Amino acid sequence: MNTLTDRFRPLTGHRLFWPALVLVVMLAANTVYRPGFLSVEVKEGHLYGTPVDILRLSAPLILVALGMTLVIATGGIDLSVGSLCAISGAIACLHISEASDQNSLSTVFTALALAFGVALVLGAWNGLLVAVIGIQPIIATLILMVAGRGLAQLITEGQIITINSGPYRAIGLGHVLTLPLAIIIAVAAALLVAALTRRTALGLIVESVGGNAEASRLAGIRSGRIVFLVYVVSAACAAIAGFMMTANVSSADGNAAGLWIELDAILAVVIGGTSLAGGRFSLGGTILGALIIQTLTTTVYAMNIDPQTSLLFKAVVVIAVCLIQSPAFRARVSRRRGATTPRPTTRQPEKEQVSA
Amino acid sequence: MRTRRTARVIIAAFAGVLLAGSMAACGNSDTGGDSGGDDKLVLGFSQVGAESGWRTANTTSIKEAAAAAGIELKFDDAQQKQENQIKAIRNFIQQKVDVIAFSPVVESGWDTVLKEAKDAGIPVILTDRAVDSADKTLYKTFLGSDFVKEGRLAGEWLVEQTKGASGPVNIVELQGTTGSAPANDRKEGFAKAIAANPNLKIVASQSGDFKRADGKQVMEQFLKANPDIDVLFAHNDDMGLGALEAITAAGKVPGKDITIITIDAVKDGMQALADGKFNFIAECSPLLGPQLMELAKKVEAGEEVPARIETEETTFTQEQAKAALPSRKY
Repeated sequence: MNTLTDRFRPLTGHRLFWPALVLVVMLAANTVYRPGFLSVEVKEGHLYGTPVDILRLSAPLILVALGMTLVIATGGIDLSVGSLCAISGAIACLHISEASDQNSLSTVFTALALAFGVALVLGAWNGLLVAVIGIQPIIATLILMVAGRGLAQLITEGQIITINSGPYRAIGLGHVLTLPLAIIIAVAAALLVAALTRRTALGLIVESVGGNAEASRLAGIRSGRIVFLVYVVSAACAAIAGFMMTANVSSADGNAAGLWIELDAILAVVIGGTSLAGGRFSLGGTILGALIIQTLTTTVYAMNIDPQTSLLFKAVVVIAVCLIQSPAFRARVSRRRGATTPRPTTRQPEKEQVSA
Repeated sequence: MRTRRTARVIIAAFAGVLLAGSMAACGNSDTGGDSGGDDKLVLGFSQVGAESGWRTANTTSIKEAAAAAGIELKFDDAQQKQENQIKAIRNFIQQKVDVIAFSPVVESGWDTVLKEAKDAGIPVILTDRAVDSADKTLYKTFLGSDFVKEGRLAGEWLVEQTKGASGPVNIVELQGTTGSAPANDRKEGFAKAIAANPNLKIVASQSGDFKRADGKQVMEQFLKANPDIDVLFAHNDDMGLGALEAITAAGKVPGKDITIITIDAVKDGMQALADGKFNFIAECSPLLGPQLMELAKKVEAGEEVPARIETEETTFTQEQAKAALPSRKY
């Protein structure tokens, strides 16, 4: 028994092992409930099935959570991402709905550029408040979280803007090589962020700022600039997520688009093993976290869990995930269960492992 | 035109930033000035907010009806917050308006402020949503839709349509926000109506939170879990519209392979109905302005009014939608 545990230690010791296990268990439970859950078929030239739905629907959350990971790594938090999703979607849809030819590519690209630009400005506003003026991140971004919702409704004039634009729709529903375009965009963004942070010193700098901003500054890192930057990146991610959400239903709802996604994103980051205190972060963990959250939502629908109990069901799963992931909790459980075969080492060394 | 819109967006961006700075200052800009002195009836109205197209149409209807009826309207937007609404009602009391009307954000917690209005001798009318106060004398009347009836009308139409069906009819239901009055009541009304035909069976029922994105996401799973869905009943148009996309993506034809029944009759929903993608809509009308003004005059004059007044509503089939669409206000 002991040798078996030892053999699996490198695997179970990996920081992504436990979230991955949770995801596998959830998918397995769904498959038991409905054997066809994981089946994927080709319909109208692209893949069709629940796993594809999960990937496509988790794309916006993956994007928002990626930006959130960087913000949290610097010890901050960005509550305004949901409102930014709504604003960017609203601006893009408003522009397209005003155009004479909604299917024209130039219209769609102008709309995207316009909305993206506004999102960057708003991200810079967040960065300015946090990095330059020195307001607590949770308060600084709370301003835009509240005001941004109003702004989105101002843009849509309180209405739901419905558009009928093929190219814009493709962002949420299109397919490339039989895969949903949304997930390809999300993966591309993830690879870009990973390359920028893990193949250059940027990731290390972000982590050092999160660990101790003042010490980093004294060591020669321009902490303020890094902090400013992550809020802009977070806003950019939120803007693209906003395009996907609105494209998914071909309409912009200033009131509902991206509502509470900031909380889901924070949860995804935490499930992925990034500490809210800042410092070391895991992009892979965040993506897994986002997939877990979306799978959970889909599970509720697929198993037709009563809406009145679904929130409780979700909460129980989330608590379970967090407990399983806690080394202290696992150590306590295994100590109690395996009193006769005491585990020789604690789990400290695994913290040194780095993964993208 | 396009550049003007662009300019508007940019101005809006700056306005939003300014707004953020002065959040504490906003709220009751509409409630200043003196009132009640002249012979014109003064109505203080506190709206929930501007969360949907339905609500915007509701606001417009009230404003227009007040102007047409020669009533001075003091309008307050509570921005979905009960404390704003309580503040607004207290303001109305201080200004001694003749009648107070409001759409309560939530059902509970109104007793104190309604008591204050009663003590000040100002009659209160509830619109659109009810309160759960035990003391029914705190308000004169409740003007609003009967959600149970809407669900029942939807169910009755389906029973009528499926009279000849011999086999089972599989229904999936997209519920509104869990626990909200319209979701509970529409579910109840529909379930009661379809009980008339034992062939009609709800095979799955989930909350789509009254939103398009959620309606779509839930419908995607419904379609995969239940291969033979005959009917979709959505508690509002928006969820139905979201579900349309999921149905199309599954290679089925909405309105033909799957019969779609919704509630509300907002413009996009009516368009879908006229296009043959929906099959039936039970209306939930926001245009209660004229009825409200009439009521305000009556309670001001001290006339007795019924404790519960229903909004004038109808139902639409595809042909009726085609005819009604050009003149729809919302």
